[in-house]
Amino acid sequence: MRTPPSITLKGSHAIDGARLFGPLSLCLPAGKWTCLLGPSGVGKTTLLRLILGLTTGGEFDGVIVANDGFPLSGRVSYMAQSDLLLPWLTVFENVILGARLRNSRPNMDRANTLLQRVGLTEHQTKKPAALSGGMRQRAALARTLMEDRPIVLLDEPFSALDAGMRADMQELAYETLNGKTVMLVTHDPAEASRLAHQIILLSADAAMPWPVPATPPIRGIYDPATLTCQADLLTHLRQLPN
Amino acid sequence: MPGRPADTSAAAPKLKWGYGIGALLLGLGIWQATVWLTDAPHYILPSPWRVAQAALFSHALIWENTLVTGTEVLLGLLIGTVFGVISAVLLASSRQIQQLILPILVFTQAVPVFALAPMLTLWFGYGMASKIVMTVLIIYFPVTSAFHDGLTQVNRGYLDLGQTMGATKAQIMWRIRIPYALPTLGTGLRLAAVYAPIGAVIGEWVGASNGLGYLMLLANGRAKIDLMFASLIALAILTLLLHKVIGVLADRLSRYSNIG
Repeated sequence: MRTPPSITLKGSHAIDGARLFGPLSLCLPAGKWTCLLGPSGVGKTTLLRLILGLTTGGEFDGVIVANDGFPLSGRVSYMAQSDLLLPWLTVFENVILGARLRNSRPNMDRANTLLQRVGLTEHQTKKPAALSGGMRQRAALARTLMEDRPIVLLDEPFSALDAGMRADMQELAYETLNGKTVMLVTHDPAEASRLAHQIILLSADAAMPWPVPATPPIRGIYDPATLTCQADLLTHLRQLPN
Repeated sequence: MPGRPADTSAAAPKLKWGYGIGALLLGLGIWQATVWLTDAPHYILPSPWRVAQAALFSHALIWENTLVTGTEVLLGLLIGTVFGVISAVLLASSRQIQQLILPILVFTQAVPVFALAPMLTLWFGYGMASKIVMTVLIIYFPVTSAFHDGLTQVNRGYLDLGQTMGATKAQIMWRIRIPYALPTLGTGLRLAAVYAPIGAVIGEWVGASNGLGYLMLLANGRAKIDLMFASLIALAILTLLLHKVIGVLADRLSRYSNIG
């Protein structure tokens, strides 16, 4: 696999002339996990949509570039809080959705391998409605991996899961997305402390880096440095004005 | 009690049939009672028995004209649905088309379609064509409007996902928006099934040489009110059957999408 690029975003975003955030500067290091935290409404999802090239309902004034000089279009995949599985397709058909949409021939072997990797081989002929929340997110992860893009943006994909399932999904996502340039938007300090190479606190004025534990991710849930990072982060977030 | 759900589901259709037959008998009872109480002459209000006799006596005539109306309704439904579906997809695929066409569509709805019937007869003649066009005009808007609503109310997340996967607008329309909107198309078709016979019969009233609407007018003019009632009942049965068939189709569309 080619080395994934790093991404730099510089600029500001406004909605109907009212500033949402910026001017600020943010770098997503190549092949690393960046966790983006901040109060609700600060523009985390907007920032993610900007990198994805999706409409934001506002105007962005700035640049978003990859360090290898190639455009980002077609190199970013996306996983949202809602699994976005199409209810009329089976799990397998959902996993190969990208190819179906583009009318191209899907790599069936790869789809089977990925389904096996996320533990859904036995459920591949089921419709999403027949799956639990955790299984649905695993199917969505397999669909994201199937696209095999070097940059992956995750918008609170585990926030609707119960605590145990969330920890499992964090581990599975980290393992399977290893080596890609990942940005995870999250509200959960524990999640960020476990997964991040870099934690960014987004506010209207800046994208501020937050110190991460010295140990590499994914960090154990009992790891003292992780727990301290999580507690400090939570304390800081609670002090922010809502 | 493990056996209970099975018992209920087995009993439910029987119960439904029971109530259906009960409602029919009640309706016939009220009808007959009205005839007795008002002592109305048979050329004003015939008894159910008299209508049944007329239906039996003229069954070939009624059947022949039911086939004509049925054909008009089915063809009208089919053509109207095809036009409605194509229009909804076009409207949903481009904001420019929507802004251009939607006001025209709304304006056409302000014109009472029934008032167009004489003109349609003038343009398309006394045959089936004018009735089919009338039916198409009546069902076109409900089908277009319902399907268009479904196509434009697709969860934004699906569209974003499609876009990030590199799908074109047409591919997103075909693979995501249309399947997502099938249940609302079903809702539009259910409405259309009720409206379609009205369109055909009005067309027949204005000018026709066969069909149930024509038969009703003919019977009325000759004071054969029993035959008129029998034709009316044939029309009601045709509408109910159509509603049932379209209902099954709409359920299938809904089940295919599996939304909810």
